[in-house]
Amino acid sequence: MINWLANPARFMRLSAKAVPWCGWTTAVVLAVGLFWSLVLAPPDYQQGDTVRIMYVHVPAAWMALSIYLFVAAASAVALVWRHPLAEVAARAAAPIGAAFTFVCLATGSLWGRPMWGAWWVWDARLTSVLVLFFLYLGYIALASAFDDPARGGRAGAVLALVGVVNLPIIKFSVDWWNTLHQPASVMRIGGPRIALSMLAPLLMMAVGFSLLFVVLLLLRMRTSLNERRAMALRLNADAAPAWRAGRERVISAQISVP
Amino acid sequence: MGDIGTFLAMGGYAGFVWSAFGIAFAVLGGLALFSWRRYRASTVTVERLQQELGRRR
Repeated sequence: MINWLANPARFMRLSAKAVPWCGWTTAVVLAVGLFWSLVLAPPDYQQGDTVRIMYVHVPAAWMALSIYLFVAAASAVALVWRHPLAEVAARAAAPIGAAFTFVCLATGSLWGRPMWGAWWVWDARLTSVLVLFFLYLGYIALASAFDDPARGGRAGAVLALVGVVNLPIIKFSVDWWNTLHQPASVMRIGGPRIALSMLAPLLMMAVGFSLLFVVLLLLRMRTSLNERRAMALRLNADAAPAWRAGRERVISAQISVP
Repeated sequence: MGDIGTFLAMGGYAGFVWSAFGIAFAVLGGLALFSWRRYRASTVTVERLQQELGRRR
């Protein structure tokens, strides 16, 4: 399956069909999710309407973690098997992950102010997510810091793999340390501990964000392959006349020798 | 009208709730718009280069 998809030409053909379908599905799912979370879902009996911030904050946090895992897995495949699309995928996914992490931090801050009385606290969960944001920025900077893109890709891949250690720290920070942040209420042993009227819009938004990730990933990978193709075409265009001229010189020299 | 007013007021937390949704929309929408424009530009460039090379041969 991976080898079959490793062919960039096949990827371009398949993704050209997938992008419009995924794009429209994303728009519909997010529109329904937004209406559900802003209008239909009930206010919380303690937190009032601020609980609606959860419907962007929590799915954004899930995306921040899973996209980092995706970047690290793609980096591993790129390092070990030199898969031609894996590095393209890792580079394309990192800015999307950084955007979701930023959304998670900003919405969390806007939720923390009315509920905790503070925009920011240096507790384990918040700090480890901030570190995740800097890991994303570090990966993006490092991967494009070299004149030779292959070296940049390898350096970035190593950073992405080392950064994986942060993921369990984020996930279990609320269990290992006393944090102001609440512990998990959806992805926990024993099932979700949240009312269905709130769980349903939450999952709808999570599906919408996942689809958005897929669309943006495919779009950015296609952009990157297009840009590489443009560079190859330019080299070809510049080299072709010179190569032809060189060959003609050689041929004329061979003719004139005897 | 009163209903829309209550909805927009978000139980007195309008500033926090609408800012949170606004930031999410701006950041993710901005990234989507930027990615789409760059994709269109790269497609146009490749098509132009292919035509130029085709003409030269």
